[in-house]
Amino acid sequence: MHEAAASASVAERVAAATPETIVRRVRGLSDRAIAWVFVLPTMALLLAINIFPLIWTIRLSFTNYRVNRANAPLRWVGIDNYVSILTDPDIWSSMQVTARFVFWTIAIETILGFLLAVLIDRKFRGHGFWTTVILIPMMLSPAVVGNFWTFLYQPQIGLFNYAASFIAGIPPSSFQMIGDVSLAPWSIVIVDVWMWTPYVMLICLAGLRSIPGYIYEAAEVDRASAWRQFWSITLPLALPFIMLAVLFRGIENFKMFDMVNLLTNGGPGSTTELASITLKREAFEKWRTGYSSAFAIVLFVAIFGLANIYVKALNQVKQR
Amino acid sequence: MSGGITAYSVVEPSAWSRRVAAALVVLYALVSMVPLVWIVITGFKTPPDSIAYPPKLVFSPSLEGYVNLFTTRSRQTPEYIHSLPPAQSWYEELVRSRNMVIAGPSKYLPRYINSLVIGFGSTFLAILFGTAAAYAFSRFKVPLKDDLLFFILSTRMMPPIAVAIPIYLMYRELGLTDTKLGMILLYTAVNLSLAVWLLKGFIDEIPREYEEAAMIDGYTRLQAFWKVVLPQASTGIAATAIFCLIFAWNEYAFAVLLTSGEAQTTPPFIPFIIGEGGQDWPAVAAGSTLFLIPIVVFTVLLRKLLLRGITFGAVRR
Repeated sequence: MHEAAASASVAERVAAATPETIVRRVRGLSDRAIAWVFVLPTMALLLAINIFPLIWTIRLSFTNYRVNRANAPLRWVGIDNYVSILTDPDIWSSMQVTARFVFWTIAIETILGFLLAVLIDRKFRGHGFWTTVILIPMMLSPAVVGNFWTFLYQPQIGLFNYAASFIAGIPPSSFQMIGDVSLAPWSIVIVDVWMWTPYVMLICLAGLRSIPGYIYEAAEVDRASAWRQFWSITLPLALPFIMLAVLFRGIENFKMFDMVNLLTNGGPGSTTELASITLKREAFEKWRTGYSSAFAIVLFVAIFGLANIYVKALNQVKQR
Repeated sequence: MSGGITAYSVVEPSAWSRRVAAALVVLYALVSMVPLVWIVITGFKTPPDSIAYPPKLVFSPSLEGYVNLFTTRSRQTPEYIHSLPPAQSWYEELVRSRNMVIAGPSKYLPRYINSLVIGFGSTFLAILFGTAAAYAFSRFKVPLKDDLLFFILSTRMMPPIAVAIPIYLMYRELGLTDTKLGMILLYTAVNLSLAVWLLKGFIDEIPREYEEAAMIDGYTRLQAFWKVVLPQASTGIAATAIFCLIFAWNEYAFAVLLTSGEAQTTPPFIPFIIGEGGQDWPAVAAGSTLFLIPIVVFTVLLRKLLLRGITFGAVRR
C-alpha cells in the first residue's frame, strides 16, 4: 500500500519533469513497435509460403531440375525453358483453350448476371430469399461441383442429357457432353456459368444499388423513356462494377484448375486442357520441374500483366 | 445497402414489370437449383435406382448411399451370409440384402475431420495474424503501406499449381508433406490476403475517436485495441472467419497435390468413393451432400456480407 503510493508519486514526479515532446515520442515509438509486431507474423508467413516459393520457382525455371530424379546433376539451362515454352505448340494450344474458356464464360456470365441483377433490383416480394438461393452455387467447392456434374453429364443416366432431350427433341444417348470433342469445351463453360453467374450478379447488384435515385427522378422529369434511362444512366453508372466483376472472374478463370480437373481433366484429347491442367501434367505427371516452373512464371506474368492493364482501364472508366 | 431509401423513392417500377422480374428470377433460381437438388435426391437412392434409365424421379428412398459412404464392404456368397448370426443393426441388414457384409469404417469420416481441423486451424491463425495486421495497416503509418497491401492481394493471382511445386519441395525438406500442420500453415497463408483486406475494411469503419477517448482515459494503445476495437469489429471478424473457413473447406488444388493420406481433406476424397463396378453415385452424392450442408448454412447466414467477402471488401454495399 505504502509502496504503491510511493511509486505513484515517483511516476507523477517523473511525468511532471518530462517535457511533453518526450512523452509524445515515447508514445509514437510504442505505436511503431506495435505496428511492427502486428504486421510481422503476416509478412513472415507470406514470405515463407508465397514469396520464397515464387523465388524458388524462378530459380528452378532456369534449370533442368526434375523432382523424381533429384540426384541427377543440376544444370543451368539459361532461358532455354522459356524459349521452348514460347515455341511449344502444346503450350500455345492450351493458352488458346484458356483464352476461349475465359472469353465465353465471362461473356455469358456478364450478360446473364447483369440482367439478373436488373431484374432483382425491381425489388419484388421475396427478392431477398431468391437472391440467396441464386447465390448458393458459387459458395460450393469447385472440386465437388466438378465431380457431381460428371454425374449429371453421363450420357445414359445423367439428368443433363435427359433434360436437353426434352428441349431439343433428340434422344438423350445421342450426344456426350464430356466425351465429345466439340461439346467438351461447352461442358466446362456451362458448369462455370452455372457456378459463377451469381457472382457477377451480386457485384452488378451492388453497382445498381449505388446509383442515387435522384438521377432517375431527374430523368423522369425530362420524360426520358425507360429504355433511354437504362442506356444513359443504369449501364454507364454500373459499368465500373461490371468491369470489376470481369476482372475478378478473369483472374480466377485464367488459373482455373479444380472444377475442370475433375470434370474433364483436359480431355477429350486436349480440347479442355486449360493452362493449369497442362501445368499440372508437366509438373506432377511428367515431373519436368524446371520446365513447368518456367511455365508457371509465364502464366503468373501473363495474369499479373493483363490484370494491371485492365485495372488502368477500370480507373479511367471510374474517373469519367 | 447504401442509398436503399433514396433509390426509387419517386420512380417506382410498375407492378407489371415487378411481376415479370419476379417470374424470371424465380425461374432462374429454380433451374440453377436442379443440379443440387438432384445430388441430394441421388444420395437417397439405391445404386441401381441411381443409374436407372430414364432417370428416376419417383423411387423408394433408401439410406444405402449413406451406409456405403461410411463403410467398406466385402462381397460374400448367399450361403455364407445365411450362416451368419442375425444382423444386429438395420445398416448391416441393408448391406446383407446386397450379398455383402460390412468390413469396416470407410475413410470419409477421418477426411471430414481433417477438413474440420485444417479449416478451423487455418481460420484461427489467419484471423489472429490478419486482425493484428489489419489494425496496424488501418491505424499506423506502416512504411510502404500501399505496396504491402497490394503485395498481399497479389499473392492470390498466382495459380495454386504454380506455387505448389516449390511448396512441395520445401515441405518435403521440412517433413511437412501430408501433415495437418503443413496444410494449416499453407491455408493460413492463402487466407491471410483475404483476412487482412476484409478486416482492414471493417476496422477502417470504426471511428478512431473511440480509441483516442479510451487512451485519454488512461488505456494504453494495446488495451484500447483489445477492449474497444476488437468488440466493435467482432461482427466483421466473425464474417471474415467464415469466409476463411469456407475457402479452406472448399480448397482442392493444394489438397490433391500435397496430401495423400494422413492429412487429406474431403474434396480430393469424394471423387474416389468407388463402389462395386465403378462409381457408387449414391455414396458420392451422400458424401457431397454432407460436405455441402455447412456451406449452404453459412451462405444463408452471410448473405448480407457475401459481396465484401468475395471481392476482398473492394465493393461495399
